[in-house]
Amino acid sequence: MKGFYEEGQPAVLIKNLTREFGRGLFAVDNLDLEIKKGEIFALLGPNGAGKTTSIKMLSCLLRPTAGTAEVFGRDIIKNPGEVKKIINVSPQETAVSLNLNARENLVLMGKVYGLSQKMARKQAEKHLEIMDLKTRAGEPVKRFSGGMLRRLNLAMALVSNPKVLFLDEPTIGLDAKSRRSLWKLIDSFRGEKTVLLTTHYLEEADALSDRLGIIDKGKLVALGTSEELKRKLAGLQTMKVRGDNLNPELIQILREIYPEVIPFEGGLEIKGEKIIFDEVVDLLRSKGVRINWLSMEEPSLDEIYLKITGGGKQNEIA
Amino acid sequence: MKLLSLTGRNLKEGFRDPIVVILSVAQPVFYLILFNSIARSDPAAPDIFDLAYFIPGIILFCFGLLTLFMGLLLARDRQRAFLTRLLVSPLRTIDFVLSYLLALIPMALFQVAACLITGLILGLALNWGVLFSLIVFIPLAVSCTALGIVSGSLFSENAAPAIGSLFVVVITFLGGVWMDLGILGGLFERIAYLLPFAHAVDAGRLLFQGASLGEIGIQLAWVYGYGILFVFIGVASFRWKTRP
Repeated sequence: MKGFYEEGQPAVLIKNLTREFGRGLFAVDNLDLEIKKGEIFALLGPNGAGKTTSIKMLSCLLRPTAGTAEVFGRDIIKNPGEVKKIINVSPQETAVSLNLNARENLVLMGKVYGLSQKMARKQAEKHLEIMDLKTRAGEPVKRFSGGMLRRLNLAMALVSNPKVLFLDEPTIGLDAKSRRSLWKLIDSFRGEKTVLLTTHYLEEADALSDRLGIIDKGKLVALGTSEELKRKLAGLQTMKVRGDNLNPELIQILREIYPEVIPFEGGLEIKGEKIIFDEVVDLLRSKGVRINWLSMEEPSLDEIYLKITGGGKQNEIA
Repeated sequence: MKLLSLTGRNLKEGFRDPIVVILSVAQPVFYLILFNSIARSDPAAPDIFDLAYFIPGIILFCFGLLTLFMGLLLARDRQRAFLTRLLVSPLRTIDFVLSYLLALIPMALFQVAACLITGLILGLALNWGVLFSLIVFIPLAVSCTALGIVSGSLFSENAAPAIGSLFVVVITFLGGVWMDLGILGGLFERIAYLLPFAHAVDAGRLLFQGASLGEIGIQLAWVYGYGILFVFIGVASFRWKTRP
């Protein structure tokens, strides 16, 4: 780290990072971001929002048209060679060599990053074990299932023991079980490696990240912990009540207290920044309502996401 | 170490694909046996069916297939993001290009050996020229592999094999593999001798017939000159396509 990084500085420092494709078409537009050492940071956004382009620039595959970034103090434009020594990427596609077996793929990646034969083999065995691929390590990977290929894809990014790991949609196309097993693995990197992962799975970002950023049309439109974003951006809690005698007079009173009161057949939906449960129940009872069913919902990341991105890409969010 | 590891990987990718081995080795050997059979059954068959005449042409045909496979391998690595993964590593452009070039040299030697051994079994006269012919065939293999790098860098996984097949047809035609270039005459013959393939085949034929190295100096100059040019173009196309 000597000469590049001082303890306490961000592991990844992004300054006005911009990539323009053609006149006025910005894939990434003035991105500013700091990722702490050992943090798992999720970049969330719809397809085409600029997530992959950001990772390509940070991993020195694509030159920014403006701005720059530092990875552990190494500038991606001035010192790409130094950056490449300490990072690794798990691309969105399963980037494996199909006619090689899993062990050979891992040893190859270790050697390409300068490990000795002995060390590369040791690292390969370690990651075959972690990824639960040991029993199939000698088979050509073209026979592997999608889940196994994804695990190998991730292992190939880990075998060089990078300080910073860029994971581009690491669980795309996986079933729920395989996805959760990969989450568990990624979660184990917390504190050990600095991870920037992109995803359009909201629950993935919620479950894995220490902090997350929402990117839309190349711009970072929200930043914070999942809880902070829920508090700051969604704002509204929702109470749903089903009961008898929910009369117009009661609805009127509730509307004077809460910004949104929406009646539906046999019930009401109340939205407000802070709904006091007891207060509403007491009011309903005092007006002669017999409560049959009641629920309180906290704002979800989905709501924030749809609110920020306009909901137009709802179908693209799994 | 890094270069050798990547070369080893590229070699395995080629040799472990049975289609590649069958097409690049078994197919030319089959042509040799077939042509020889024609020559034996018809004593009046033209010179083109003579072993010393058609083996160098068949070797050029083999190397044309290397262009096709190289193009396909690189285009596939590019499109399936394996190359992206490698480009993130500290490897340099020259490491990539050399790893692809070097990987196909053993394949080329294997093809030459298969053709020569088959030829010797079928009755090709063994002389120093046959052994020295590697001096022509190695740079020719490098040229064809470099052109495969150009194809794999510029074209997609679907287009690269088509371009490769077209290339095999063109170089065997312009290399005089299937017919004497004198028959073509005129413009085609002039074009053929502006490229290295016909010169390489001619050099091979002369060596097989006992010519000395001094007698093929001009042909060698064409083959080596173009070899350097094609490698340069290969590096440039790869660099251009993978630049940040």
